[in-house]
Amino acid sequence: MSGNILEKPQSFYSEYTRKPGADTLTTHYCPGCGHGVLHKLIAEALDDFGVREKAIFVSPVGCSVFGYYYFHTGNVQAAHGRASAVATALKRANPDSIVISYQGDGDLAGIGGNNILQAANRGENFTTFFVNNAIYGMTGGQMAPTTLIGQTTTTTPRGRTHENEGYPLRVAELLATLEAPVYLERVLIGDPKYTMKARKAVRKAIKAQIEGKGFSMVEALSACPLGWKMDPVDAKNWVQDVLVKYFPLGVTRDNISEVEGYVPGENGNGRKPLSDRELVKKIDIPSDETTTTYPLPEAEDRYKHSEIKIAGFGGQGVLSLGVGLSQMGMLQQYHVSWLPSYGPEMRGGTAHCHVKLSHNPIGAPLIEKPTILVPMNKPSLYKFEDSVVEGGDIFYNSSLIDTPPKRSDVNVYPVDATEIADGLGNTKAANMVMLGAIIAKTGLLDKEAVITEMKQIIKKEKYVELNQNAVQAGFDALQSVSG
Amino acid sequence: MAKMLIKGNEAIVKGALLAGCEAYFGYPITPASEIAEAASVYFPEVGGTFLQAESEVGAINMVYGAAGAGQRVMTASSSPGISLKQEGVSYIAGSELPAVIVDIMRGGPGLGNIAPEQSDYNQVVKGGGHGNYKTIALAPNSAQEMCDLTMLAFELADKYRNPVYVVADGFIGQMMEPVEFPKPNRNIPEKPWAVKGTAETSDNLISSIELDPDDLEEHNRKMQRKYQEMRESEVRYQAYHCDDAEIILIGFGIVSRVIQSAVDELRAQGVKVGMLRPITLFPFPSDVIRQYTDQVSKFWVMELNNGQMVDDVRLAVENRVPVKFHGRMGGNVVGTDEIIEKVLEEESA
Ligand SMILES: Cc1ncc(C[n+]2csc(CCOP(=O)(O)OP(=O)(O)O)c2C)c(N)n1
Ligand code: SF4
Repeated sequence: MSGNILEKPQSFYSEYTRKPGADTLTTHYCPGCGHGVLHKLIAEALDDFGVREKAIFVSPVGCSVFGYYYFHTGNVQAAHGRASAVATALKRANPDSIVISYQGDGDLAGIGGNNILQAANRGENFTTFFVNNAIYGMTGGQMAPTTLIGQTTTTTPRGRTHENEGYPLRVAELLATLEAPVYLERVLIGDPKYTMKARKAVRKAIKAQIEGKGFSMVEALSACPLGWKMDPVDAKNWVQDVLVKYFPLGVTRDNISEVEGYVPGENGNGRKPLSDRELVKKIDIPSDETTTTYPLPEAEDRYKHSEIKIAGFGGQGVLSLGVGLSQMGMLQQYHVSWLPSYGPEMRGGTAHCHVKLSHNPIGAPLIEKPTILVPMNKPSLYKFEDSVVEGGDIFYNSSLIDTPPKRSDVNVYPVDATEIADGLGNTKAANMVMLGAIIAKTGLLDKEAVITEMKQIIKKEKYVELNQNAVQAGFDALQSVSG
Repeated sequence: MAKMLIKGNEAIVKGALLAGCEAYFGYPITPASEIAEAASVYFPEVGGTFLQAESEVGAINMVYGAAGAGQRVMTASSSPGISLKQEGVSYIAGSELPAVIVDIMRGGPGLGNIAPEQSDYNQVVKGGGHGNYKTIALAPNSAQEMCDLTMLAFELADKYRNPVYVVADGFIGQMMEPVEFPKPNRNIPEKPWAVKGTAETSDNLISSIELDPDDLEEHNRKMQRKYQEMRESEVRYQAYHCDDAEIILIGFGIVSRVIQSAVDELRAQGVKVGMLRPITLFPFPSDVIRQYTDQVSKFWVMELNNGQMVDDVRLAVENRVPVKFHGRMGGNVVGTDEIIEKVLEEESA
């Protein structure tokens, strides 16, 4: 067709002032191109449904990149292939809007293949119009995912072969393998014989969105005379005689009547903004009323700045012992930091963490030379024993470590953590036994406060008491030991 | 408000919500996944959108869409994911949309590892995608700043209609520290340019296309003026014991925390050192650094990479005094003793 669109729908601009150059009345499309026809069908449907003002047109990268010259709707131009991702967010931001995502075959089936697949699969409630012209028009006629076997293009000069390029992709059928889409149909545009059907499909797809039914797509077989190096008449015939044989017309999915629509409320997305108070509460930010703080414990000078390394195997609660120390330290007015080992290092089953409790602000959260080492298993003791500072402390899990530390320049405290925990009925409480033991010897934390605040570190109500008992048991075990 | 012991990554999410962020689009990757996980808990809770996208490419283009619709929106990832997002960031910058992107950097190149590195400095600070654009880059060094700078990021993104990065490393993301959350600050400016599917916005266009070379050049010049304004108004840094320092150590993120410890120890030994920590990596505190060239005998730049920020320091210093570099890579983090040794070794040499 010529680029001239006579009776313009309201959803088109009456004059295309965004288009560069003097000619602001005709489109930039080549004669015989299908894009303009499909544009017009879409614009008419938006008019008829009275949704122009609510509509947002997403232009792709391809010949229809300039869709915003024409559509008198909100316009968003997307990166190559990403129209469906952009449309997803536009629609979710304003569920009341009518989002039209428009893509060519390179854009949708090539570079944006995963994006459209996933958007369709999520059942995003927008409408996709997919122009299948079996070629990359914009860039001068290279092969598209929909290029037919044997078809010559500027990048398949000997014709597409399935051995080298695979077979043309049938998108309407492909998306029909998904659960979510409600309506998928392939139509043909560019010949009046087929226009009625195409118009119906376009309207049906947009209506599905208006009724909040979910994802719909119309695939339009369309001529690209320039890319195919044909005159418009030959191109039109090629669509009807050749292209359609590989890409059969028709509906591949129509669930519309079976799906219950979701139409958002009057005020756009219908969300009520939260007050500051509600917001803070909803995102679990503690308030002063619910938080008790305790005075800084009086301990020996050397505990004014403690660098504690806790190590063991996964499942021993090494990281949560560290969190517990930090959490309790914070409530008792210390500056604290907690740094875990993370990632694959933990997959082998070992874990360690660095905890600092200090009277002063903390610089590096990493610990090179711990003042307190807490090995929960043998490998951890071997690995870190030498790094402990002279005069430091080692609290080791004597239930699992049968050879005590060799260092004579540090204070060594065996803690029968695992066994004591077993005695309380749960091996997992060994870490809290250790916490009690550390407190008993260092005075780093106030034990009563730790027990009172146990719910801060043990989120599951039913385990709070067990862990309180574990702290007490660890405390008692070391109180009676001199050293 | 009361303090909360919290991971840096989670503090980002709370900060974002306190700043009125309405939508989160992401894709899992260590060591940034806690951000997506916390977002999936809290965004729906406050009526916002959370969506795990099909990829980082999908996520950043969703950010583009939501930003175009006028929402405060964010995404987060780690290095390989940031590489994938770069095209989208370029579109967001070119279309002048506000958005916040968090990068919790890990070891590279390629799949590298998940331990902390700072090797995304160049791709974040220099505008890693195509085109003449810049992004503001905020570099927190504590859980508190993960919250505070995320909140600031939303403000600056809206102020300049530009993407803003919050760029930290795996350690700052993973470590827990007490955070005092500020009051919500949801002063979102009017966005008359947004495309919302309403009558008032139906003449709006979000796009980065300018076909005419003169128009595109003018668009670029306008953006450069914006970046200049950022340079003039948004530089943030921390100077620690710099007033009488003879040597200044420069580092950001986790490295600055280690430098701070090293400075304390060196000062205790009578060595007059200080630390300068860029909080904005772009705009870079070049003028501040240059001013110290009259005072110090040398600068040390320490990074967890092959020497990326050091280029910016050297440009600032203009060869007036020596700039030494020490970097660690692969997930190894420079230690306090290591820094002290480096500094003392030089001084006794
Ligand atoms: C990332 C990226 N890669 C490549 C291009 C170049 N490019 C522009 S349009 C296009 C193909 C468009 O073809 P199609 O989607 O079939 O649309 P048509 O032009 O045929 O309507 C390509 C490859 C681009 N703009 N961006
Ligand atoms: S190149 Fe093809 S798709 Fe592009 S405008 Fe011309 S005919 Fe249409």
